Amino acid sequence: MGAETNPLVAPLADAVRRGIAGATGIDNLKRLSGGASQETWAFDATTESTAIPLILRRAPGGTRTQGRSGTAAGLETEAALIQLAGAAGVAVPPVRLVLDEADGVGQGFVMDRIEGETIARKILRDAEFAEARPMLARQCGEMLARLHKIDKATLPPLRVSPARAEIEQYFQTYKTHDHPHPVFELAFRWLKDNAPPDTTELTLVHGDFRHGNLMIGPDGLRAVLDWELAHIGDPMEDLAWICVNSWRFGNIDNPVGGFGKREELFAGYEAAGGGKVDPDRAKFWEVLGTLKWGVMCTTMVMAFKAGDRSVERATIGRRSSETEIDLLRLLAPRKKG
Amino acid sequence: MQDQPTAIELVDIVADFIRNHAMPQLQGHAAFHARVAANALDIVKRELEIAPKANAEELGRLRGLLRRDGTLDELNRELCADIERGDVTLDTPGLAEHLWQITLTKLAIDQPNYSGYTRALEESL
Repeated sequence: MGAETNPLVAPLADAVRRGIAGATGIDNLKRLSGGASQETWAFDATTESTAIPLILRRAPGGTRTQGRSGTAAGLETEAALIQLAGAAGVAVPPVRLVLDEADGVGQGFVMDRIEGETIARKILRDAEFAEARPMLARQCGEMLARLHKIDKATLPPLRVSPARAEIEQYFQTYKTHDHPHPVFELAFRWLKDNAPPDTTELTLVHGDFRHGNLMIGPDGLRAVLDWELAHIGDPMEDLAWICVNSWRFGNIDNPVGGFGKREELFAGYEAAGGGKVDPDRAKFWEVLGTLKWGVMCTTMVMAFKAGDRSVERATIGRRSSETEIDLLRLLAPRKKG
Repeated sequence: MQDQPTAIELVDIVADFIRNHAMPQLQGHAAFHARVAANALDIVKRELEIAPKANAEELGRLRGLLRRDGTLDELNRELCADIERGDVTLDTPGLAEHLWQITLTKLAIDQPNYSGYTRALEESL
């Protein structure tokens, strides 16, 4: 099927002509691999001179949705957050156009398409990123500091999820799966016993700051993507999520995304005005992040048993054990000798 | 007693067929899913090899920890409830070692190349 037969082309071209100065139409519309809760499309806006590379993010089929499992911010919220983050100095793709009902494309927005790589294995191994890798941990810290500093009064309405709410949410998901995981139980118990106090200051949190959502070029971190899980929470949550061993892709001794050290991440964070890092709270969130990913793997089993019969879906359940060994190494390390 | 080839040998040859004969003729998504399918058969093969002995040992440890009899599923659920209530903790003799053993077994079956597993093996030497 060519792009010219896609019913999205005509209304999207109209919206782009309306919203982007100098645009004459669109070209090269192509669906990118994307999640169930959002569609992502790449296309170019044509102009009298050079084309503008763009991305469309919209609800599946252009319909209004509640987002994934009620935790996702809506697309208008995501667009507003990207704009606020950009103004605060976070590297983000500029939002060009927020779609409205009259556009006939559905709920969504159009942003610049930033060139770069999001696939962890390439970023961590390819020669092209050799000079970027040593800079990334510090850059991640700086970006997180800037986004955590955004004035909460300026934010659109967001889910508020401090530590105990996050624990409870994933505990319920784990119980729904109804398969005994003694190591998960140990981790939940530890988290409940070691949760930061309810008085912990909360900020805007990206909520999914890790490989896949970081656009990286040979010059370093170019853009922070996918603000769908943004919420109000403990800023240490973002600093810890990117340190979860699942995102190190084998480079276990480089806790930050497999490319850097915690000290670099924390130094970048504090130098950019993110406030003092609390390593104990960061560890708490690393345990919770590891457990979260483990529980998410079990939800894939539930999806498989409910009828989503892909081989990939089926086997990911056999990866929750990866997080169990990471949890044991965090909570019950074995002494050498 | 079943006839030969053994289940392990059958799973092994099917994984080999997918990897070395089917996959090279596939492209894109189909090739990717074929690789995932072969990896899934590897899990089955390792489970057939490892689980019978490991499960028997797990059951023995659970009986000792909980001081009662039951199936693997029943005793695992009881252990989970005890941990949730805080009746069994890392200070309980045998719990940490039990959790390490069941987890090392899972990884030996599911993901023996996982960095956290290979590191844990090094650390236990």
